[in-house]
Amino acid sequence: MTTPRDSGGTWGPIALGLATLVGVLAVIEAMIRIGWINAFIVPLPSAVLLSFERIIVEEGVLKRFLFTAAEALSAGTLVALVGISLGVLLYRRQILRLACENWIAALAAAPLVLLYPLFLVIFGRNAVTIVMIGFLSGLPPAILKTVEGLSGTRRTLIDVGRSFNLSPSQQFRKILFPAALPTIFVGLRLGLMFALINIVGVEFLINFGGLGQFVNELAERYDLPAMYAAIFFVILVSVGFFLLTERIERWLGRAR
Amino acid sequence: MLRVEGLVKRFAAADETITALDHVSFDVAQGEVLSVIGPSGCGKSTVFNIIGGLTDADEGRVIVEGQTVSGPHPAIGMVFQEESTFPWRTVVENIAFPLEIAGKAKDERIARAREYLALVGLQGFERHYPAELSGGMRQRVAIARTLASHPKILLMDEPFAALDEQTRFLLGDKVLQIQQKLAQTTLLVTHNIAEAVQLSDRVVVMTYRPGRVKRVVAIDLPRPRTSEVAGSVAFQAFVGEIWNDLREEASRGMLEAEAHSRRAT
Repeated sequence: MTTPRDSGGTWGPIALGLATLVGVLAVIEAMIRIGWINAFIVPLPSAVLLSFERIIVEEGVLKRFLFTAAEALSAGTLVALVGISLGVLLYRRQILRLACENWIAALAAAPLVLLYPLFLVIFGRNAVTIVMIGFLSGLPPAILKTVEGLSGTRRTLIDVGRSFNLSPSQQFRKILFPAALPTIFVGLRLGLMFALINIVGVEFLINFGGLGQFVNELAERYDLPAMYAAIFFVILVSVGFFLLTERIERWLGRAR
Repeated sequence: MLRVEGLVKRFAAADETITALDHVSFDVAQGEVLSVIGPSGCGKSTVFNIIGGLTDADEGRVIVEGQTVSGPHPAIGMVFQEESTFPWRTVVENIAFPLEIAGKAKDERIARAREYLALVGLQGFERHYPAELSGGMRQRVAIARTLASHPKILLMDEPFAALDEQTRFLLGDKVLQIQQKLAQTTLLVTHNIAEAVQLSDRVVVMTYRPGRVKRVVAIDLPRPRTSEVAGSVAFQAFVGEIWNDLREEASRGMLEAEAHSRRAT
């Protein structure tokens, strides 16, 4: 059994992670300075670090982040509403589920972002195209996890509902949906992550929007330190999103 | 109060039809505790599911206060063998659940839920979640929740099966207290002979498949009753008497299972 002392307490793992990151960056810095890595392809980590202030103060990265966040929120809302609804429909209609489930799973693995020219034609070069691609990318896990969560509700809990003579609507609202919620949330979390990845990717491809467009702009200017700083900023946003949703998932699961 | 007449239930298996229940009949008087006991595979849980309305009988009927019932009925409250509390609701919210379904105002249902909480001896655990309780405590919450719906008949399917022997006796004491206080008509399905004798006024002994009523044993032990009765000579005599009936059925079940296993290999 791992004791708190074995695992290094609360701050031990965080400190070790940070120290490892700093160590790796220090090694890369050394390799670039020595000339083992081309500085025109990979900038010095110290230069990237110094660029953070510039991208925040001069380049307005926070404003671009808010733009991307608004797109992600729109796509995420659509993923939740449509994904959960379709998941409920597939749960209720066995024939639909048998017909569609494998196709939906295949869609999750498909590089939908490559369809961006089609979306450009349909919706134009604007935020709607980005939101729609994000929405479609995030939809499959939301649907599949909703079906899984509802199907996985323990038979005994359903029988409790039947023994109290619940109507189908009551059975769904008071037993099935709350029982399935942790699994549904996992689907929403995955869906939002897929949506965010594709949103930033499409912003880069069509040179429109928030953070993705920003990275494209910096690449075109060949401002490599700032470009890498922007990429790390995107990674930090993803990590922040992951930690936030993990907290929510833990809060949802605290009673179980 | 409850009459079961000629229940027949068949299940289709791979290459045969299995008769789980073969004209099972018995009745439960008002305020009585009746146990149904039998070996594994005798159809006890099928009886539970039919009376509770979770499955239909192929023949026969269930009559509650003179009315034939089909499907779940508000007069019958069910306590299940498996863990059945809602993990996302606190203890008091679990118990208030049937009152919520009945449309009671929040203050009223919480107040009444607290009464039932006290009845099962869980005061102070109102805001706990089931995951924070032991198995026995969770089963008490399930019992309180069922009682909160004011059933005329309490139907319990091996409610203590997942608990250790000591907790079973103590929880049996608690159920006895509640039953005696409320004069609750109770039908208990169990495979535990001591539990059946501890709690019941009569015990229906079932045969191995197809399940039929073999005998009804009147448990002539004094009331009010506690688990202390388990040490009495009379208690042990009843346990021995019921085991004599069950031994033959349990052996038949075991032999059939072994024969089936040999055929499969």
